[in-house]
This record gives sequence, C-alpha cells and structure tokens, in this order.
Amino acid sequence: MRARLKQSVIAGVGVTFGIAMFITLLGFMNGLNTLLDGLMLNRTPHVRLYNEIKPSPVQPLSLSKDFKNHVNFNRSVKPKDRGKEIYNSKAIIAQLKNDKRVIDVAPKVTAPVFFNTGSIEITGVVNGIDVNAEEHLFKLSDYIIDGNLQDLNNENNTIIIGKGLSEKMMVKNGDVIQITTLKGGMIGLRIVGISQIGIAEFDNTMSYTSLRTAQILLGESSAYITDIQVKLTDISDAPAAAKEYRARFGTDAVDAQTANSQFETGSKVRSIISYAVGITLLIVAGFGIYNILNMMIYEKMDSIAILKATGFSGNDVKWIFISLSLIIGIVGGLFGLLFGFALSSIIDMIPFETESLPTIKTYPIDYKLMYYMIGITFAIVTTTIAGLFPALKASKIDPVEIIRGK
Amino acid sequence: MPETILKTVNINKYFYDPVKFQVLTDINMQIDKGEFVSVVGKSGCGKSTLLYILSTMDTDYEGELFIHNSSLTNKTDKHLAVIRNEHIGFVFQFHYLLAEYNVLRNVMLPGIKRGKYSIHEIEYRAMEHLKNLDMQDQALKLPNQLSGGQKQRVAIARALINDPLIIMGDEPTGNLDKKNSDMVFEIFNNLVRERNQALLIVTHDPEFANKTHRIIEMADGRILT
Repeated sequence: MRARLKQSVIAGVGVTFGIAMFITLLGFMNGLNTLLDGLMLNRTPHVRLYNEIKPSPVQPLSLSKDFKNHVNFNRSVKPKDRGKEIYNSKAIIAQLKNDKRVIDVAPKVTAPVFFNTGSIEITGVVNGIDVNAEEHLFKLSDYIIDGNLQDLNNENNTIIIGKGLSEKMMVKNGDVIQITTLKGGMIGLRIVGISQIGIAEFDNTMSYTSLRTAQILLGESSAYITDIQVKLTDISDAPAAAKEYRARFGTDAVDAQTANSQFETGSKVRSIISYAVGITLLIVAGFGIYNILNMMIYEKMDSIAILKATGFSGNDVKWIFISLSLIIGIVGGLFGLLFGFALSSIIDMIPFETESLPTIKTYPIDYKLMYYMIGITFAIVTTTIAGLFPALKASKIDPVEIIRGK
Repeated sequence: MPETILKTVNINKYFYDPVKFQVLTDINMQIDKGEFVSVVGKSGCGKSTLLYILSTMDTDYEGELFIHNSSLTNKTDKHLAVIRNEHIGFVFQFHYLLAEYNVLRNVMLPGIKRGKYSIHEIEYRAMEHLKNLDMQDQALKLPNQLSGGQKQRVAIARALINDPLIIMGDEPTGNLDKKNSDMVFEIFNNLVRERNQALLIVTHDPEFANKTHRIIEMADGRILT
C-alpha cells in the first residue's frame, strides 16, 4: 500500500508548492499592506479633534417660536468661523489622557504660512508640535533625514522643513529662513532638520516647529491649540471614540478609518487576491492528490481484495487511504511552511530602496503565525477531502468480484 | 461426535443481472473438525459462489450460515471482517501477495490486523509456519522473487497465521504444475493429520479431489452427493 512513493512524493510536492506560495504571497502582500498602511496610519492620529469651518447646524430661524410650525427654507447660509482654536484645550487633553482607551495625546498648532525666499513666497504649513508626544505617537524622528528632532525642543526659533521645500528654497541644515503668517507677522527661523515622509505633497509644504514657537509665530497665548491628536490602543475603537468626543467636547472629530478609507479598501482587495491565489493553488494540489489516489486504487485492486479477504473491514481500507493522503498533506504542508518561510526570508533580504521610503531598506514581509496556521490547516483539509472520495471507493470494493475476475 | 466447524441451512442464491437466475438451490452441508473436503463440479455450477458465501465475503443470499454454531447471516461488514480474520484462512488460485512487503511481512499481516499477539510473537509464529513449509530461507525476499509454488506456500502460511477454524481454497492448485500441486496437497494433508485442521477446497482437479476425505459434487447449483 505504501509504495507508489514517486507519485506520492509528486503529490506532496504539489501541496508543498501550494503552501509555500500561499505563505510567501500572503507574507509579502501583507508586508506591503502593513507598510503602506503604516505609511499613512502611523502618521495619522486615530482620532483628530479640530474645529472645522462650516455653517452652524442650527440656524436662528429654526429656533424662532413664530416659525415653528412652518416649513423653513434658508438659502445662502454662510459658514461660520468659530476660530481654529480648540477652547479649553488643556482640560480636554487632561480628560483624554485619563481615558483608558487612549495611548497618548499630542496637541498641535497648524497654521498656513508663506516661506520667503528672495522675492518669492512659497505657501506652506507650519505644524507646531509637542516634540515628545509627537515622537511617542508617530515616530517622527524616523522621517528626519538630516538633523535632530530634539533640537526643536532644545533651541528656540528653530524649524524642520520638508525635503521638497528645502530643495525649492535651496536651503540646508543650519540656514535661517523667513516666514510670513497670514496676518502679516514675520519671523526668522533656523533650520535644524530636513524631513522626508515619502509623500511629495507633504514634503513640499510641511514644516515642523515647537508648539511654543508656533504660538509665538501666530501671536497667540500658550493655550492656543488647533488640533488634538489622539492615539488609541485599538484602532477599531476610533469611529466610536470620535463620535463620543464630538459630543463631549463640542469640537469636530474625525477617525482614521474615515480619513483613510481608500487605504483600507486597497489593503482588503490585496488580501483577498492573495488568499484567492493561495487557495486556488491548494485546490489544484488537492485535485492532484485525488487523481493519484484514484489511480492507486485501480492498481491496487488485488491488494485491497486480499486485505478484505483476510479480515480487514471496509473501514480499515478507507483509513489506509485517508491516512496516506493525510501523510501527503501533513508532510507536504510542513515542507511548504518551511519553503514558504525560506522564500519569504529571501524576499526579505532583497534590497528595496526608494527615495520616498527612507526607513525601508528591503522588501517588507509579514511573518504572522496566523498565515502558517491557515496554510497547514488548509493543506490538511484539502488533502483529507481529496483522499476521502478515493478512500470511500476503495472501502466499497467487493473482494468477490475481483477474485472471481481472475 | 466431532466438532462442527461450518454448517449451512437451506442456502439459496440468485444473480439478478441481467435476469434473475438461481445459482444455488437449497445448499445444506456441514464440515467437521479435521475433515478434508473438496468441492468439484463443472464450471458455472456455483461452487465458487458457494465458497464466497461460506467465506462471508458474499452476504447476498437466502438461508443461514453457521461457523462454530454461531449464525453469520445478516451480520455487519465489520463483524464479518473480524470472523474472516480470526476463523477463516484463504488460499486462492492466484497468490494475492502484497508486492511491497517481503514474504515474512505478508504472512504476518492478518496477525497484525488481529492484534492478539505482539509483533514479535507474530513474527515468531510466521517464521514457524514458513519453516513448516520449508520456506524459512525466503522469508526476507519480495514476492516477485519467488516461483509460483513458493508463492502459494507463502499464501498458505498467511492463511495459517491466525490458527483459523477452517481453511478455504479456491482452486489453490489451479495455476501449479503437477509437482507443485502434489506438494500443496501434501501440505494440506499434513495440516489435517497434525493439527486436525478443517479444509474446504474447491478444485477442478479430479486427482486432487480423489485424495481428500470427502467429495462434494455440485451441478446446476445443487449438491449431488
């Protein structure tokens, strides 16, 4: 029964190949997904509190008792600027920090500015950040390609500008640049670092300075905050948390899922594709096993007959074939995991350096245990099913017919 | 009074394909311990069919079959497999040895399935049987390295491994030449003499049949004598 080694090995190799590809594909795809998601999500807060310029949801007309029973049409409503400042920001931050779901809170001041170079003005944005909180939440230092993030804290009137911006203005670390605010204030800031996030739009406009410097730049008090960025322990809580904060603090709040929905979709589609390809490979391998076992049964009719004649029941014969295909599945599957891991490691070592991703040196691979579990489970399930039908057939063989036929 | 090993009561058997056809009619027979019985008859008289019913492999019949006074009619496939394993030894016209296993392993296989003795004991017993059949030198060879007569001897050793109540043969000498046929007969005869073994052999060979204790002659699905 255990002969046909060559064919069994081929069937096993089919499974091995399927599983190896499955593991590699999933690892690679998800590595890329994590990388791309990380590119966006690690740098965006899970919940962002801010004030949006928009029309008041409740217009005076609808408050009026006189028109209560009327259908009111209210045209050409203009948005209302409540000011970008989040009121009572200190209290809000203190409350957020006490929330158990929250990892940390980073206050921020954003202000549109002009960078002056000669007679030209370049529009840009200054982010006044709490350096330590920002570093804790978003690993900003990963994206500083020249200079040191902590220098923002150590020295006053310093700034880190995006790489695109620095190239446009032809300035480098240590130079002083002039910045004009929308209100006309002007200030000279010394560059202590160049940042590169990998998204040109950001690198061409963004700059970072300390919270205090930004407040001075805008001529505001030290309580002036325009954004509160919140990172949660579990990102899936974000939509609920955003809703809650909106109601509690009376500000606008947006969660990462809403802000980056297109990224989610992309990741999902990529995952589905890789699962589909992997599973297809395994099913093909399953058909291979089915074929080989079927052939084997026709070849081994005599042996099955004599086994039955000497006291093996249909069940015993069935188990011989199922265990045979299980062995193929398990051995092939384990080798598949091994090869999959090896292949992943090889891909992991291939250099992958791009301008836009300064922190990435090689192709990203996700070594999640989960994929290996799915892989081996699926290998065993497909091979068992593939073995089941031939095994049932073998168990129903009537020894009399075979022995008679001789 | 000798011990009854095998008994049938009014066994009838029909084939349904292509038309209903009665193969066996009112078969009543009995085999006692130590009896060497041969079944003879023309081709198509139903002797092989009878043998398969007696061997429990064919369960589609009317009437009742007893082995060792317990009824085997309408028992489950599993139960019958155990009966075959423990109480019936088979020798066919073709040897039906498993090509992947050596001779010793082939002989041991039904014993391993039975699981009554340890592997070592089964191995010892298998070697004893092979020795009795003068085959101990071939124990580690593969079946395709043996001659026809040797293969049949291995098949006999396999039939003996579980000390069956009865050995059934379906033309065990059908493929063998005169010399080997005589040898197989001698082996069977020795089993009867030394171990008081019951034997039921279907054969075409009148010379072989004439040497047995009792001949059951069949024609058109009936027992004549």
